[in-house]
Amino acid sequence: MAEKLVEIENISAGIEEGQILDGVSLQIGPGQTHVLMGPNGAGKSTLGNVLMGNPVYRVSGGRILFDGQDITELGADKRAQLGMFMSFQNPLEVPGLSLEEFIRNAIRQKTGKPIKIFQFKKQLAEAMELLGMDESYAGRDLNVGFSGGEKKKAEILQLLMLRPKFAILDETDSGLDVDAVRTVSKGIEEYQKREEGSLLIITHSTRILESLHVDHAHIIVKGRLVASGGEELVAKVNEEGFEAFS
Amino acid sequence: MNQEETKQINQDRILSEGIERELYDFRDEETDAQFYRMKEGLTEEIVREISEMKHDPEWMLEFRLKSLALYDQIKMPDWGPSIDGLNMDNIAAYVRSRSDMKGSWDEVPEDIKNAFEKLGIPQAERESLAGVGAQYDSELVYHSVREDVAKQGVVYTDMESALTGEYEQMVKDHFMKLVPPTDHKFAALHGAVWSGGSFVYVPKGVKVEIPLQSYFRLNAKGAGQFEHTLIIVDEGADLHFIEGCSAPKYNIANLHAGCVELYVRKNARLRYSTIENWSRNMYNLNTKRAIVEEGGVIEWVSGSFGSHESYLYPTSVLKGEGSHAEFTGVTFAGAGQNLDTGAKMIHIGKNTSSFIDTKSISKGGGISTYRSSVEIRKSAEGSKASVNCGSLMLDSISRSDTIPAVDVRTDKADVGHEAKIGRISDDAVFYLMSRGIPESEARAMIVSGFASPVSKELPLEYAAEMNNLIKMEMEGG
Ligand SMILES: Nc1ncnc2c1ncn2[C@@H]1O[C@H](COP(=O)(O)OP(=O)(O)O)[C@@H](O)[C@H]1O
Ligand SMILES: [Mg+2]
Repeated sequence: MAEKLVEIENISAGIEEGQILDGVSLQIGPGQTHVLMGPNGAGKSTLGNVLMGNPVYRVSGGRILFDGQDITELGADKRAQLGMFMSFQNPLEVPGLSLEEFIRNAIRQKTGKPIKIFQFKKQLAEAMELLGMDESYAGRDLNVGFSGGEKKKAEILQLLMLRPKFAILDETDSGLDVDAVRTVSKGIEEYQKREEGSLLIITHSTRILESLHVDHAHIIVKGRLVASGGEELVAKVNEEGFEAFS
Repeated sequence: MNQEETKQINQDRILSEGIERELYDFRDEETDAQFYRMKEGLTEEIVREISEMKHDPEWMLEFRLKSLALYDQIKMPDWGPSIDGLNMDNIAAYVRSRSDMKGSWDEVPEDIKNAFEKLGIPQAERESLAGVGAQYDSELVYHSVREDVAKQGVVYTDMESALTGEYEQMVKDHFMKLVPPTDHKFAALHGAVWSGGSFVYVPKGVKVEIPLQSYFRLNAKGAGQFEHTLIIVDEGADLHFIEGCSAPKYNIANLHAGCVELYVRKNARLRYSTIENWSRNMYNLNTKRAIVEEGGVIEWVSGSFGSHESYLYPTSVLKGEGSHAEFTGVTFAGAGQNLDTGAKMIHIGKNTSSFIDTKSISKGGGISTYRSSVEIRKSAEGSKASVNCGSLMLDSISRSDTIPAVDVRTDKADVGHEAKIGRISDDAVFYLMSRGIPESEARAMIVSGFASPVSKELPLEYAAEMNNLIKMEMEGG
């Protein structure tokens, strides 16, 4: 395994109308948890999407390595198969495709093997219980009619079932009440513990960080990383907001 | 293993095995020694010849000739997709194997047997059907019904046997009474040259637990298939009938102008499921109609794939008080296809209800038109109708149109309508891809999900077949 799992080297990216990310560099080691904070519109989700390979964004400079391999040109499906994952800020709804069927398909794509149904069902039920999800959700259409909190739980459920090496969690805590944040955090802790996976937690609040160990924090403003440091940065944002960084 | 597990395993199998494009496209050469082929065109001489070959009773010959006269008078439809590419002078109305219909699968000629085996026909029968009919070109080559079902008094036979046997009167009383040859040009054509199809009678109170299935394969090149399906479900009886259709690919026009007439008596229930998968040279001008008596229920489940052009609007006539009709359908129009499909509901009895739920998909420049009509007559007080149609366009060159007509003649009725037209969402495709699902697979999953109201209504094997067809269409250029 490479010393760094994720290496973002001087990435600039944007959409047709203009550049959003301006020379962002960031490295994440195996098992590490990084936090990315910044005001609304700073480019946090864009960075997550660029890492995951959303074709909406064009990379105009720099490169991304995963486990030592240059993945800058790779499609999202290939990145996922290498062990990347993103919990979406706004998970999409897919009518007619059940949550369970979706997860099963994704696992099969990743392993290339048929699923052992009994084992799968058991793992799914356990993960859903941990996240306080009613079992009926497994058969419901993916995210259709789910509340904001239910969608986020379903994302963490996928995280637990797909067992990636690295996960981006984009605003997984936003719009959730205190109890839901706690439940979702429990799911994330379980992932850290069980998979020893790396995390990039995108947030503009700090609630979700209270119960999670953080190795590094980064502040992004207007598409540029303006500060990087340890957990103390989180405390600073808590007290002073982002004003101090712009 | 429970049903859900079987379903999952089947789905997994289908997804992992990938797609066998060859599955439907294979074709077999038809030699003169094995096949009799009527010369192309449509004349009185040809109609008489068909009638003679089929040993029609006298009244049927007269019926055919009257229909032919109507065909010559009635104009081509001018309101739908153009059928200029169809020239009856180039269509052989009748092609049959020189071998007779068999009641035993082993006796069916080898090449035909192979064709059906590739389509999984006898296998499906063994596993989950109460009876099977298989038509190859113009005639049934095989028909069988399970003994226990036959013992219940259920009649399931080819139309020709019904016409010359003890059910002749019943056939005579119902044949093309619901879809008269005066209805439109291709109904008249059907009346003149019809051949093959199935006759089903389910006696009073008999519930047929597992489905009957007829499969229609049009193998001959430049030919027409005009099968007639007549089903009578008597009072309080219950039946699920499945119809499958396919044809190989040729570069000249083929024509399918079948006719389905369904009689649902008092408190009876009939589910009529269809998966049509025609090749891209097919003009599919099919007419299907049901009449429902008091308290009866008709449920249509329909998957329309393939063909060059289709006109297909299954019609439910809700005659009896409290009768009910449902239509659930999906249509997939790919490159070079113009599919005009939908449903028609005619409310006559009091407190009748109908429900239409359709999904149209278009891709690669294909045109998918949803056309429906809901008619609530003055007599149909207290009736309810709801129409829900959704369209999904997979690219910017495809077209989707929605033409819903509503005609309500009483103010004591309730009609709801909802239409949605959309494109496949790139964000949703990326979402699925971010979980490791390849792009083509992701798109197929979204489209299958969109069509799931239909696949959910189909028996397992057929739902799997439909999802497979969707995948084939998605991957096809
Ligand atoms: N697909 C897109 N189309 C147009 N503008 C976009 C798109 N994605 C991001 N942007 C713009 O880029 C900037 C950064 O957005 P985003 O990365 O979502 O910010 P954050 O997640 O930090 O709130 C914003 O100004 C946003 O409007
Ligand atoms: Mg964001």
